[in-house]
Amino acid sequence: MIAELGHFALILALFVSAVQATLPLIGAHRGDAGWMAVARPAALMQFLLVAVAFGCLMNLYITSDFSVLNVAQNSHTDKPLIYKISGVWGNHEGSMLLWVLILALFGSAVAAFGANLPPSLRARVLSIQALIAVGFYLFILLTSNPFERLIPAPINGNDLNPLLQDPGLAFHPPMLYLGYVGFSMAFSFAIAALIEGRVDAAWARWVRPWTLAAWCFLTAGIGLGSWWAYYELGWGGWWYWDPVENASFMPWLAGTALLHSATVVEKRDTLKGWTILLAIITFSMSLLGTFLVRSGVLTSVHAFATDPTRGVFILILLIIVIGGSLALYAWRGPQLISTGLFQPISREGGLLFNNLVMATATAVVLLGTLYPLLLDAVGGGKVSVGPPFFNAVFIPIMLPMIVVMAVGPMLNWKRGDWRAAVTRLWPAMVAALLAAVGAWALVTDGPFLGIVGMALAAWLAVGTLVELTERLRLRRDGLGRALGRLARQPRASWGMTLAHLGLAVTIAGMTGAGAWVKESIQVMAPGDTVTLAGYEFRFDGAQDGQGPNYAFTAGHFTVSKGGRVLVVLDPEKRVYNVSGQPTTEAGIEPTLLGDIYAVIGDRGTTPEGKPGFVTRLYFNPLVAWMWGGLMIMIAGGALSLSDRRHRVGAPARRAAVAQTAGAD
Amino acid sequence: MKRKHKRLTFAAIGLGLLGVAAALVLTAFEDSIVFFHSPTDIAEGKVKIDRRVRLGGLVEEGSVQKQASAVTAFRITDGANVIDVTYRGILPDLFREGQGVVTEGRLQGSLFVAEEVLAKHDENYMPPEVADALKKSGRWQEGSDQKHPSKGESAK
Repeated sequence: MIAELGHFALILALFVSAVQATLPLIGAHRGDAGWMAVARPAALMQFLLVAVAFGCLMNLYITSDFSVLNVAQNSHTDKPLIYKISGVWGNHEGSMLLWVLILALFGSAVAAFGANLPPSLRARVLSIQALIAVGFYLFILLTSNPFERLIPAPINGNDLNPLLQDPGLAFHPPMLYLGYVGFSMAFSFAIAALIEGRVDAAWARWVRPWTLAAWCFLTAGIGLGSWWAYYELGWGGWWYWDPVENASFMPWLAGTALLHSATVVEKRDTLKGWTILLAIITFSMSLLGTFLVRSGVLTSVHAFATDPTRGVFILILLIIVIGGSLALYAWRGPQLISTGLFQPISREGGLLFNNLVMATATAVVLLGTLYPLLLDAVGGGKVSVGPPFFNAVFIPIMLPMIVVMAVGPMLNWKRGDWRAAVTRLWPAMVAALLAAVGAWALVTDGPFLGIVGMALAAWLAVGTLVELTERLRLRRDGLGRALGRLARQPRASWGMTLAHLGLAVTIAGMTGAGAWVKESIQVMAPGDTVTLAGYEFRFDGAQDGQGPNYAFTAGHFTVSKGGRVLVVLDPEKRVYNVSGQPTTEAGIEPTLLGDIYAVIGDRGTTPEGKPGFVTRLYFNPLVAWMWGGLMIMIAGGALSLSDRRHRVGAPARRAAVAQTAGAD
Repeated sequence: MKRKHKRLTFAAIGLGLLGVAAALVLTAFEDSIVFFHSPTDIAEGKVKIDRRVRLGGLVEEGSVQKQASAVTAFRITDGANVIDVTYRGILPDLFREGQGVVTEGRLQGSLFVAEEVLAKHDENYMPPEVADALKKSGRWQEGSDQKHPSKGESAK
């Protein structure tokens, strides 16, 4: 009964969104206020209906109703409650339902908080949102119905993939989808603006908070996924340039560029066409990511069982959305007139340079990700493009951007003086030099890129702080007045400072963990000791035990440095009862300097012939900085989001234009 | 600077970046693209010694042997041909006899020394290359016993 209710609600949501996609659009074209007014109640109703459908599925999971195919395939009565809930989106059908739920959530937020949007813009935005929704409702109802019955019902379910029974991964998909789907707002606003033929500062202020929110969620989603891969897969790595990872990284790159170019539209009334194009590209990357992950066309270390027929459906959807929006852009884009003029050396110039680099980087990742598909399609053989390619191409492209990132915020709008800016950045140069020398002296056997990475991180961090002190006029007015100014800084500029600092910390972490990781693989018998990066790992043996829904073998390592015991690590190897699938739980001791990391594998024999276990030990320098830096970046984004100016729907069009002209 | 010149400056920077990217891409493609091969390709001598490649197929039943120093030896088959493989390290959790596998490494003589055995997250997942290789050698048909009929694929 509940399954049928959910299914029915989903079908109704399709009809509501079909109405929402057409009537307001026609109404906006004809200037008919009554037809435009349909958009808001329709968006709210659509959200209500999907929420009912989603609630029904969640109810089926919590009550373990195995007469529903989806539940029987992905759940089990013995599973802890939190994983019954996360199991709702831990599978294809449920995750697509989550996708449309979030899409409808964003649409209803525009309906609820967009009171001061011009009615025609609001009607068009909601219609475009509903158009995307129609495509995905059809996709779910025709190819991936989560409410399909399984008669007769089995006694118990197949259980959720044990790798997904993990707190990090329970919240990874919702975060990622909030990011992916959040960019649909920027897309809908962009298409609506193209139809209206009008982009101005107020438009940018409406778009920015949505983009920023989506960016924060996507950053969190990528971070959670990478953290999960790091501690759950037991291979000591955190990024593999795998197609599925790239799928989430491309919208992030494009979305970051969009955030920065939207600032230029808002402050300087220029780069309009480019911003619209970026909005289209960003959401297209989100759709492409959904396609790559859900279709399984690419070999991925993160791939789950997939169904190619669904891939074709998403591919068609992808072609319609991307092709249609780019065609509209080609037709209407030239009508967008920018008024703000600026010199190449200026704040705008710096932001545009950021955009060019980010766009190039997105293109490179896209090429590397799709190249195996293209080559296979023309019969060129099966290839894979992995970390060596991306490291060789992506890193050199990003380096100049990090250098400019410290300079850009020091430049004035319209016309800047780069010599003066660079001169004032001397503390950053000193810091970079010190970091390079320090890295070179401490790590004698590391790659050259490690030194470059540390120098850049120091340059960016100190450069960002220099910019902050300039903004506070610390050196001119003294500490007291500077502190007073510090408290009055708009939250948006705090957000920028924090986000850039966070990136510096992340770069340091990635450099440390990427360039200087130490690894050792061997068979260890109880009592054996391995020394790695100055740490002594003593293997104290292993014993078997029983968890809530799995059996485990836990190894014990005593880690000491210079004779002093630091920590005892207990990595596990688990075998889940229902599926019989084994998983690895790494034993990790995170420290500020680096993570001590141990994994226990199968039984084996040592070179001396003693029985023992295969063990894999790592020292990952600075790896915690990477996630710490990501958290700082997210905090920066959230802080900027809370700024009065960016509060959802805060600016009214005319007032905002006047205000922009007055400010700056 | 005129508006047109300003545009030209950024167009030049953009094109320059794309040029640099293209140069980097082309040089990187040269050395870092990894081709996928089946055991039959190797048996037919299509694979150069010491070039990094991927080898995929099924792990032959009864072929997995633990050796000293964390080395595992096994054989990969596509039904037509069989290649000996060694790998040092901890095998992914879902590595099993009779299941599809993709390894990356180098051919040394007739032995394939794997530097990586690609992990899977789902026991029902069959890498598309492996499925293709098996189809070519006639070992695999859609819906055969390679997959659990009850899980993953059956939802339509």
